Amino acid sequence: MEFGIVELSRLQFAMTAMYHFLFVPLTLGLSVIVAIMETVYVMTNRPIWRQMTKFWGTLFGINFVLGVATGITMEFQFGMNWSYYSHYVGDIFGAPLAIEGLMAFFLEATFVGLFFFGWDRMSKVAHLTVAWLVAIGSNFSALWILIANGWMQNPVGAEFNPQTMRMEMTDFFAVLFNEVAQAKFVHTVSAGYVTASVFVIGVSAWYLLKDRHVQLARRSITVAAAFGLASAFSVVLLGDESGYSATHSQKMKLAAIEAMWDTHAAPAPFNLVGFPDQEARKTHYALEIPWAMGLIGTRSLDTEIPGINDLVAQAETRIRSGIIAYDALMHIREAREAADPAITATFEAHSADLGFAFLLKKYVDDPRRATEAQIVAASNDTVPTVWPLFWAFRIMVVLGFAFIGTMAYFFWRSSFRGMAYPRPALWLAVGMIPAPWIAAEMGWFVAEFGRQPWTVDGVLPTAMSVSALSITEVALTLAGFVAFYTVLFIIEMGLMLKYIRKGPFQDVAETDAWVLRHNDRLAGRRDADAAPVPAE
Amino acid sequence: MILHELLSYDVLRVIWWGLLGVLLIGFAVTDGFDMGVGALLPFVGRSDLERRVTINTIGPVWEGNQVWFVLGGGAIFAAWPPLYAVSFSGFYLAMFVILASFIVRPVAFTYRSKRDDPRWRSSWDWALCASGAIPALLFGVAVGSVIQGVPFHLTDDLHTIYEGAWYMKFIGLLDPFSILAGVVSLAMLVMHGAAWLTLKAEGVVQTRARAIGSVAALVAVAAYALAGVWMAVGIEGFRIVGDYVTDGPSNPLHFQVERTASWLGAYAERPWIVIAPVMGLVGGLLTFAGLRAGREVSTLLFSKMAILGVISSVGLTMFPFIMPSSSDPRSSLTVWNSSSSHLTLFIMLVSTVIFMPLILIYTAWVYKVLWGKVTEADVTDNSQSLY
Repeated sequence: MEFGIVELSRLQFAMTAMYHFLFVPLTLGLSVIVAIMETVYVMTNRPIWRQMTKFWGTLFGINFVLGVATGITMEFQFGMNWSYYSHYVGDIFGAPLAIEGLMAFFLEATFVGLFFFGWDRMSKVAHLTVAWLVAIGSNFSALWILIANGWMQNPVGAEFNPQTMRMEMTDFFAVLFNEVAQAKFVHTVSAGYVTASVFVIGVSAWYLLKDRHVQLARRSITVAAAFGLASAFSVVLLGDESGYSATHSQKMKLAAIEAMWDTHAAPAPFNLVGFPDQEARKTHYALEIPWAMGLIGTRSLDTEIPGINDLVAQAETRIRSGIIAYDALMHIREAREAADPAITATFEAHSADLGFAFLLKKYVDDPRRATEAQIVAASNDTVPTVWPLFWAFRIMVVLGFAFIGTMAYFFWRSSFRGMAYPRPALWLAVGMIPAPWIAAEMGWFVAEFGRQPWTVDGVLPTAMSVSALSITEVALTLAGFVAFYTVLFIIEMGLMLKYIRKGPFQDVAETDAWVLRHNDRLAGRRDADAAPVPAE
Repeated sequence: MILHELLSYDVLRVIWWGLLGVLLIGFAVTDGFDMGVGALLPFVGRSDLERRVTINTIGPVWEGNQVWFVLGGGAIFAAWPPLYAVSFSGFYLAMFVILASFIVRPVAFTYRSKRDDPRWRSSWDWALCASGAIPALLFGVAVGSVIQGVPFHLTDDLHTIYEGAWYMKFIGLLDPFSILAGVVSLAMLVMHGAAWLTLKAEGVVQTRARAIGSVAALVAVAAYALAGVWMAVGIEGFRIVGDYVTDGPSNPLHFQVERTASWLGAYAERPWIVIAPVMGLVGGLLTFAGLRAGREVSTLLFSKMAILGVISSVGLTMFPFIMPSSSDPRSSLTVWNSSSSHLTLFIMLVSTVIFMPLILIYTAWVYKVLWGKVTEADVTDNSQSLY
């Protein structure tokens, strides 16, 4: 692959987005787990639960800050590196990002300060409310971001305006209730809950192995296993829902994930493993499960799922239709308001395929002058590189089922075996800690790489979306972000490990002092709070 | 979706132009004091304890304040997509430096006091200083460049092309007028940070903040006045010529624009806008007086008034221009040609009307809960949990 401005910009986006998503899932899940722990504290008044809230809250804080910091890059880099994209779809794509700020990010960021610094400035119930507002804010944040991303996957509720040369919103509720966005939202937040549950169980398991903070660790596992089990089921089911919606919105992505080159008579089989060969358009040594793909993708026995070769043929038809739209557009633009109604009618008939004509821009400035060979090449470009998608998807799915197994096991031990855990299981839990991050990154890779060659599926090709920057500029900022993020990552990991090693123990003296001061402030309301915190 | 016809397209555009101003001012009066306090940190706090007091005056609130910046980006994207596309790709390296500052800052706050090593802490202190001062300067520099016009043009299909070599997009920003605008911005936010510290700190930190802040206030007022004179005699303005509609499609190329002798012609057409620069100057002088006299609440209010006056004076003077082009005036972005669609502006307005009052209410509540001074005893008592 030649490294031009498009590739560098893509690399930068991939790097900053995937780095951002190292922190987001833990924020999503841990905010809820911490709020659950604080709820138990407020209901039972047992100081151990406040200690748990504070301990996991500290780790949440170290992680949260990098999620916020790297999120800033995401909010601005569309304008910096993808200015044509920003112009072309900002009318639709910008709205959910702005609403995210108004509705969600303000909420979580305003209250997160109070969560950490407001312990002795408000009543327990008020502080608990603050904790939940942080959790709700984080999760709403994900909702709006995924509505924006869902629109890139399945661009509904918008149409092209020839006067402004961009897509404009026609139906906000279609954008909001986009089936892709809704399935993605639940899938993504569930993935965050699983991540946090695996993290909490893993760290707690390490304490149990070291025989430290046993009370805290056991209780934490109980909370995380129950929460994690429900979430692990949800993440797999909603992943399936995403696959189902992709059957009608993103057929090419689905076919690429399955390495399904030819349309198979319904119901299609599922390639469990195999070695996709892009050149030959074949999958070698495929191990098939009969019927499975048809059932997952269409939930029926008689609906066909188109294979890659048929989809390429469809793309060619749409490119030819797009050229007609492009030609009409050029005439409309010259005439401005006084456009010939016949030409306008032609444009409207073909405007849904305009984006396909843009695929030719890679080869020729004016798509109307494209040769047959260029049209064929552009049709073939609609196939993303199959093997990375094929494997990334399978790694994600295997891990998804592994999470169900792990969570079910820990839930069973915590509920019915008196919270006794064999050492090998604890070691397994520690070893599992990186797994949800791998699964989440694989998931995003499948979603975004699978959408290529488009930024907005069927509407705007990636190659056309970039800013007119020099390679030096993008290379400089890419190098800057890599260097910068690497340093931050090392510091972050160092602090996380330091605070995990240190454990909640050191906090006891402070919480003792806190209890006394808190009771002074809320004089007259003496309750179980007054009892000193038992040392473990 | 007929509802959005209730407000005509041009009215919505003017409302969103106003809201753009509200966001920028909201950002400057909230996150502005965080930047100012950051820039002041190594100078008002000499010992570790003094620095921790300084940092903890903004500790619980900087995160919410920073959202004004993120929301500003999102709202420009949603309401003014061409502005978002042209400005951020145009101020590319400057934007990178600003982003880097806004990434370092949160990390510095949270991580600084999590280790005892003096070198670790001192490094983060200087990171906080730089990440406060540099964006404060660059925001002003960018505004100074916009006032003079930015060298870009739009192609027929509305790709943005910048004139000149890539490094000129950064070095070219640093002309004398833009640097002067940067000085206004930096001095103003240092003044604002000092006003905040006067309210939230006591003892030696407060005394030093008042001393530095009063100098900054005078510098801000003088530089702002000088920039005004410069604009009267040395900076050309822009105006739209020929027939145009204010509720047409958002396409800058449908307009004709020419240069004028000065932006300040706006004050002849709309004399009432003189209130903005007057607020800026008077606000700055009152803040100076307040800092000298050691008044607390009123000084912060005067400082906010100065920021309100200075920022709104730029917008009101340039109206309807948002980002003029010096090399191809026809490509200039104005209120009438660079908004999002009628429907999107309406939906965003509804969202803002619902959520902005809520934001203001809960933000006010949080500040009320946190009311009062941060003392050295607070920091030593809560050494583990505070920054």
